[in-house]
Amino acid sequence: MQQPIPNSQFLIPYCLHLADTTLILSHRNSEWCGHGPILEQDIALTNIALDLLGQARNLYQYAATLMGDEFDEDKLAYLRNPSEFKNHLITERPNEDWAVTVLRQFYFSSFQHYFYSELKNSSDKQLAAIANKSLKEVAYHLRWSSEWVIRLGDGTTESNAKMQNAVEVLKDYTDEFFVMSNEEIELLQQAISVDLSTIKNNWQQKINEVFAEATLQFLYSTQPKIGGKLCQHTQYLTDLLVDMQVLQRTYPNSVW
Amino acid sequence: MITIQSISVKKIWNILETVCDPEVPVLTLTDLGIVRDVKIIDETVEVIITPTYTGCPAMDMIAMNIRLALIENGYANIKITSVLSPAWTTDWMTETGKQKLHEYGIAPPKGNANTIIEDGIECPQCHSLNTTIISEFGSTACKALFKCNDCKEPFDYFKCY
Repeated sequence: MQQPIPNSQFLIPYCLHLADTTLILSHRNSEWCGHGPILEQDIALTNIALDLLGQARNLYQYAATLMGDEFDEDKLAYLRNPSEFKNHLITERPNEDWAVTVLRQFYFSSFQHYFYSELKNSSDKQLAAIANKSLKEVAYHLRWSSEWVIRLGDGTTESNAKMQNAVEVLKDYTDEFFVMSNEEIELLQQAISVDLSTIKNNWQQKINEVFAEATLQFLYSTQPKIGGKLCQHTQYLTDLLVDMQVLQRTYPNSVW
Repeated sequence: MITIQSISVKKIWNILETVCDPEVPVLTLTDLGIVRDVKIIDETVEVIITPTYTGCPAMDMIAMNIRLALIENGYANIKITSVLSPAWTTDWMTETGKQKLHEYGIAPPKGNANTIIEDGIECPQCHSLNTTIISEFGSTACKALFKCNDCKEPFDYFKCY
């Protein structure tokens, strides 16, 4: 008989949360494919989407090994319902315009940078390995997205107004990064998960530095939108999944 | 001591030296430094590889090509294991590999992993150091796009990772 894996009741949802968040942002970024403002930036954003997809694959593969033989990465990505997804709400928002897209990437990459810097010391060896590997990719994402925030924020009157509008659009979505779920609190006791309260200051400092250079004003939320980790989502996620999962839903188990 | 086991492992490494990266076909898997270990347990050959970029679509093809090369050489029981730790870095690329990249027209990684370098990347066409980055992201996950200010040619740079 198979031995029960310690902490799996917390570790599985934790892995799924991390995987879902990177998958959904990857999908949103991939929607820019063929629509980027110039070819090089179209390629840059789809490269970031690909890196995030790779991270999601590693995390789903790990979750699947914890869940048992009947699961695999494809089933977890393509055959779960919106009410089972645990991604951050910021990732499911529509792209709107380039300013919102690059600002969301900047907020998220800054978060991932500090998050993975901690997760690489996790007592869970596989999560630590995934974090260590992903961190190298995030360094490029963070650089690229901060440069865009600065270029547009400190650009023309119009580009600055569009960036400041993006700050307004996303202002309710960043607090969720730092809200600990039940499983994160449980796993923290075994030094598996990351204490999100410890990275919040670093994150805010990074945002402030880049915003100062970009001549943008950070806006604090009075009504943070949270709940993604608890599977409470907006209609946007359902719409996204209808699109992303259509093939497996229409032709179950089809393969390339 | 040379054993039959170690001779067989050496043979496998020789076969792996003939398998090329599908995206950068001048590089073999051993040039790239992604083969971590080869083990023979009973009748089974296990090749342990590590992915370059997490999302690199070439990895699935690389695993398939390893399998095919071993089958062609008469091995039947093959296991390919992918490990994430320690994470692959461009530091593991061999000097021969870097030389081959340069000759192929791709600037090899300069400096160590985790350093993002944009200055003094040598143009693989005219060898000028007067080059500028166009984009940190290129045609594949591992490359950035540069242009040469002297010969005016664009070129790929295999970025540090």
